[in-house]
Amino acid sequence: MSLLDLLRPKGRRKQAPSTDRGILVFANTSEVIRAETVLKAGGWPVTVMGPPPELQRGCDLVVVYPLIETARILSVLEEAGNPPLEAAPLSGPLLKPVDLYQTKDFGRHLMVRAANMKITVDKKTRVIVNVSGGGCPDVPWLARELTGRPLDEAASPRDQGHTLCAYALDLALKEMRRLCSR
Amino acid sequence: MLAVIGTLPEPGAPLLTGPAAWDGGPLSVAGTAVDVARGTPALLAAASATALALGRSAPHAVLAGDIGRGDGSRAVYAHLVETLPASPFSVLAFHYLQPDVDWHNKVLFTVQAMRPKPLLLADAGFMYAAKMSGQAPEYDLFTPDAGELAFLADETAPHPFYARGFLLSQENRVPELIRRAHVHDNAARHLLVKGVTDHVARGGEILGSVDAPSESALEAMGGTGDTLTGVTAALIEAGWDIPRACLAGARVNRVAGALLRPTPASQVRELIAHIPEALETVLREEGL
Repeated sequence: MSLLDLLRPKGRRKQAPSTDRGILVFANTSEVIRAETVLKAGGWPVTVMGPPPELQRGCDLVVVYPLIETARILSVLEEAGNPPLEAAPLSGPLLKPVDLYQTKDFGRHLMVRAANMKITVDKKTRVIVNVSGGGCPDVPWLARELTGRPLDEAASPRDQGHTLCAYALDLALKEMRRLCSR
Repeated sequence: MLAVIGTLPEPGAPLLTGPAAWDGGPLSVAGTAVDVARGTPALLAAASATALALGRSAPHAVLAGDIGRGDGSRAVYAHLVETLPASPFSVLAFHYLQPDVDWHNKVLFTVQAMRPKPLLLADAGFMYAAKMSGQAPEYDLFTPDAGELAFLADETAPHPFYARGFLLSQENRVPELIRRAHVHDNAARHLLVKGVTDHVARGGEILGSVDAPSESALEAMGGTGDTLTGVTAALIEAGWDIPRACLAGARVNRVAGALLRPTPASQVRELIAHIPEALETVLREEGL
């Protein structure tokens, strides 16, 4: 608990500081140490700790990382040949990423929503015409990169972006590709 | 004075602060041209158009380049902690910033020491951090869309990406989600929920809703939520009480959308061009 919290009325103290942290679960300790080395070299403030009791998978250590930057961190670990078994919020290790998609057909255009991210495609030309929603700062940048690109040539938001919004946009894009390939 | 605090989608762009004036072209922030596509520049352009039409001074922008690495957001946070105590702002609108609970708390603590304390509005990433910090009730207004309302209503979710499906699928149960967010202290005092129908709530209860004019294509257009927050923030700065500003802001955004006659491929800068005319229409409706 920080000094800031001690100065606050008890009822208004912030939630546990784990709310913006995530955990990376690996098969064995060697992978944990390798991931810690890779991520620290990339400038991320990561630490190693024992896993929360709810977790049944992996070894007896996990890497704690800034949850918001999940997309970039997973890409970096995959590029390093050391992907985790699982990434989850430290505050709720059993929480799962959104798997519910909503679609809206405007006639010529189709929109897919995943969590707070929406992507819209011209069904005739298969060009991405709009990206909407989201709140992390890579969203406006990703929107600019994706808008106007053919669906099949658009780079993965998960690889281009850094945050959980980028990850959600990646899911929406994949679902759009699946729907448009039918 | 209104301060709009957010980021630019330009990697490495340095801290940029100053008045934001918009005259239909690029946004001018302290003399620097900023492209208005979506995100905080879209919010600023809408707020600037509204403020100038009301005869108010242009909003003050605090921006830095950030594409998700958090570097620009941290520069903005550090600037706020240093400068807010001596600032003249009466309304602070926080927007696309990297959600970071520690920095959020430093900024909020700084704001709470300001006299008089400014009104606090949060949207996008800073709203996520405010909810995660457990201090959402300290805010005067949050402006979530449907997916973000599900996140506020889910007391376990640290980000909309983890909002549980049974909440995400309840688009027609907005009143229940608003109450749930309020009961768990994950809502600001007021909520402006953006959607097919825009709802304005205080203390967990809906005070009013706006559903006309309706252009379904606006749901696909990136940045329409940003412009709604911008118009509303400028009305609040002009002295309108928060529920009235939210309801009028929703009307302005919708009238601007109707004037545009949009398709799902329309871009938000086209909508912003219609805000002055839409504002004039709504002010007439308000008898002003």
